[in-house]
Amino acid sequence: MTQPRTPPGDLRSVPALLARNAVRFGGRPAYREKEYGIWQSWTWAQAADEIRALAMGLMAQGLAPGDHLAIIGRNRPAHYWAMIAAQMCGAIPVPLYQDAVAAEMAYVLDHCGARFVICGDQEQVDKVREVEETTGAEARIIYTDPRGLRSYDAARMASLAEVQQQGRAGAGQLGPRLDAIVAGLDYDSTCVMLYTSGTTGKPKGVVLSNRNIIETAKNTAQFDHLTEAEEIVAYLPMAWVGDFIFSVGQAMWSGFTVNCPEGAQTMMTDMREIGPTYFFAPPRVFEGQLTSVMIRMEDAGRIKRWLFKRGMAVAHRAGPALLDGKPVGMADRLAYAFGKLFVFGPLKNTLGLSRVRVGYTAGEAIGPEIFDFYRSLGINLKQLYGQTEASVFITQQPDGQVRSDTVGVPSPGVEVRIGENGEVYYRSPGTFVEYYKNADSTASTKDSEGWVATGDAGFFEPETGHLRIIDRAKDVGKMADGSMFAPKYVENKLKFYPNILEAVVLGNGRDFCTAMINIDLTAVGNWAERNNIAYGSYQELAGHPQVYDQIRAHVEAVNASVAEDPMLSGCQIHRFLVLHKELDPDDGEMTRTRKVRRAVIGEKFHDLVGALYDGAPSIHTRTEVTYEDGRKGHISATLRIEDVRVFGDAGARKAAAE
Amino acid sequence: MMMQDNLTAGTRQIGPVVMELRNITLRFGGVVAIKDISFDIRQGEIRAIIGPNGAGKSSMLNVISGFYRPQEGEVIFRGVPRGPMKPFQVARLGIARTFQNIALFEGMTVLDNIMTGRLNRMKAGFLSQALWWGRAEREETENRAAVERIIDFLEIQNIRKTPVGRLPYGLKKRVELARALAAEPQLLLLDEPMAGMNVEEKEDMSRFILDVNDEFGTTICLIEHDMGVVMDLSDRVVVMDYGRKIGDGTPAEVRGNQAVIDAYLGVAHD
Repeated sequence: MTQPRTPPGDLRSVPALLARNAVRFGGRPAYREKEYGIWQSWTWAQAADEIRALAMGLMAQGLAPGDHLAIIGRNRPAHYWAMIAAQMCGAIPVPLYQDAVAAEMAYVLDHCGARFVICGDQEQVDKVREVEETTGAEARIIYTDPRGLRSYDAARMASLAEVQQQGRAGAGQLGPRLDAIVAGLDYDSTCVMLYTSGTTGKPKGVVLSNRNIIETAKNTAQFDHLTEAEEIVAYLPMAWVGDFIFSVGQAMWSGFTVNCPEGAQTMMTDMREIGPTYFFAPPRVFEGQLTSVMIRMEDAGRIKRWLFKRGMAVAHRAGPALLDGKPVGMADRLAYAFGKLFVFGPLKNTLGLSRVRVGYTAGEAIGPEIFDFYRSLGINLKQLYGQTEASVFITQQPDGQVRSDTVGVPSPGVEVRIGENGEVYYRSPGTFVEYYKNADSTASTKDSEGWVATGDAGFFEPETGHLRIIDRAKDVGKMADGSMFAPKYVENKLKFYPNILEAVVLGNGRDFCTAMINIDLTAVGNWAERNNIAYGSYQELAGHPQVYDQIRAHVEAVNASVAEDPMLSGCQIHRFLVLHKELDPDDGEMTRTRKVRRAVIGEKFHDLVGALYDGAPSIHTRTEVTYEDGRKGHISATLRIEDVRVFGDAGARKAAAE
Repeated sequence: MMMQDNLTAGTRQIGPVVMELRNITLRFGGVVAIKDISFDIRQGEIRAIIGPNGAGKSSMLNVISGFYRPQEGEVIFRGVPRGPMKPFQVARLGIARTFQNIALFEGMTVLDNIMTGRLNRMKAGFLSQALWWGRAEREETENRAAVERIIDFLEIQNIRKTPVGRLPYGLKKRVELARALAAEPQLLLLDEPMAGMNVEEKEDMSRFILDVNDEFGTTICLIEHDMGVVMDLSDRVVVMDYGRKIGDGTPAEVRGNQAVIDAYLGVAHD
């Protein structure tokens, strides 16, 4: 980490960091965005100018200190600028999930009382207007992409470019006002407000101050030696705290470049062109990549397949050890070098991961095979553990101490302790200020000494000092016979199979565990294609007897592995079914960050739960689905329920009962 | 139903007549495909031609595009009666079209296919092209920029470098629209732009057609089977049956026309 020339004491707000970067890294790229097939870039000096113009424009439009400004759109430089510009006006930026349907958006917009909304495109403008029809509120709308908006009420909205123009035109008068506000910003000013996705109940607005963001960015940038030379690809939802920390916090602190892809679908190509050096992805993305690599290898010629198999064998043997700096034999070193030249070098390049120096995954447990795959390619993939309330970082893995089953040591500046009930607590400079307009929840989450309950159960490994997370504390329950029920633990094992996209394990307070399973359409669809199995719909494929056979085999294998742990052997799955629809955030079954909402599923599929426990061989069900535009429909299906073999004590008991 | 906000008449300018068809009759040997049809297309409007199978819709479009030469009647484009023309002459007049059965270069990428739509605008000589120097280089850059704007407009960035042969049907249709747009036409002819699409693809395509009309002010003449789509999209509709015009007017007028209801929507039997 290079030392800033300005005394660090002055860098107490994101706009202050921006001003420093404009001077210190003035000619270096700050933002890039692919548009019209070409990467457009802005240096720090240019970005500072754009942001200032936008801030003055917003001020001219009437944005006042203390106002909330919502941002709904994909990752674009202009949207990041809007968040910083808002702070420069003393307002509070609130990024929202762009794929949320209007009804979900209504709550958040109403709760924060947004006076301004930045909309990425017509779709978002339509949603905001739909929301306003019900709430009666009228926010000023500013849009980035003017397409299709020509005939809309021009008095109510303006384009972001127009706002910037207005700001530039009025600079003489607006500039000093803006400077005065910026000069008054400090560590206690609100930097951003992010709504938690909320696995239960309504979303809560987490208020994060400049102290939270800058201290966290500073500590973690030092931890991983991030410099102004890093390249990141900003593709995760802007409403997610991680994107804010990486693309705003750390980028501002370290002065590195944020690259925005052309769109979600071009992400992989764009990533290959940029070659990020610092990369974050949830396990789902890594799983998806690995699945597509495996599918393509299965379709490849024999020589290529052979090369891949041999190369990966060497990589598994030597890759992780080389990465951790452990001793490796001469022969393996040589074989690895060849493999790198012919197999994993090109493969890494295809994945866009050639230059990754530090990679992180978090949010969910990652399968050991997946984790090892990337590590063996020589990608320094690590795990971190965090949450919105902590400005992401609670624990992370230092270089050279990486394992798939732990989440690392406490991040710099973070204190972690384990409560009596096994719950993980932390206290850090990144700990959130409060939940907006929700003092009760703030008080019940954060105690007077600043300790925050994570809601996760875990323990520190005595020998290494690494934290291991078992499950959500509230999800850990007891079965009827008193043995421990940890659904996530089993679900993760199931989800490690490429065929299984999602699994929900039930059994709290019951005699035995059961599971509802979602197939992965990419993997299973490809298998069906190669085996000439015809199917007309997701539903038909999910119910195919051969698919059931495969899933049953996976469940049995998981049971065998769960049985090895005496504490958790009661969590073996006795019966399962394959769901006829994908669990979907639009239907409320998952959060926007794709975490399963157990209560909703238990209620919505109560008939299926009943059938899983009453011994019925099949069940007819009718389920409501929500389409992307918010309309609703129904699908009906008859689902088969199958019994599975269980092992160890549980197996013996089951046999005796029969 | 879809995006009707865009169709508020106040913001769109429907101008004077750009193309007028007077008493067109087209015969193939003894078969009369079109019989004495007259109608016009106004600047900036979306004009639909509908009718049952074999009504002569595609023939009509081919007459408009100058591909068929009617035995009787006149085609007047911008006040000038039009004689027989070669396809490139039609293109130079500012008329572009898509085809009912997609006519793209399957082996070429999406980008290259759309670039072919710009061919009319490339003037550089053979030597300059071969050396890719001077005028050729400048032209290519300009044309590529124009094509990229269309790619962005139709949201096909992710398939920019994909050979067209590998694309699903709905996307091919969109690429074909892109190629037609690349010529920056004054008048865009769409031959069943939504044939064989599912509901979602139809909605997407409808949105693109409306956006093209709204954003570029392009006059559009389209043939379509799907009544719902036609009624939502168009400003005026011509209805054909057995080569004759049986109705002409706004969607509401056409919907209420008894002859149209009988011929096209079917006679009520009970």
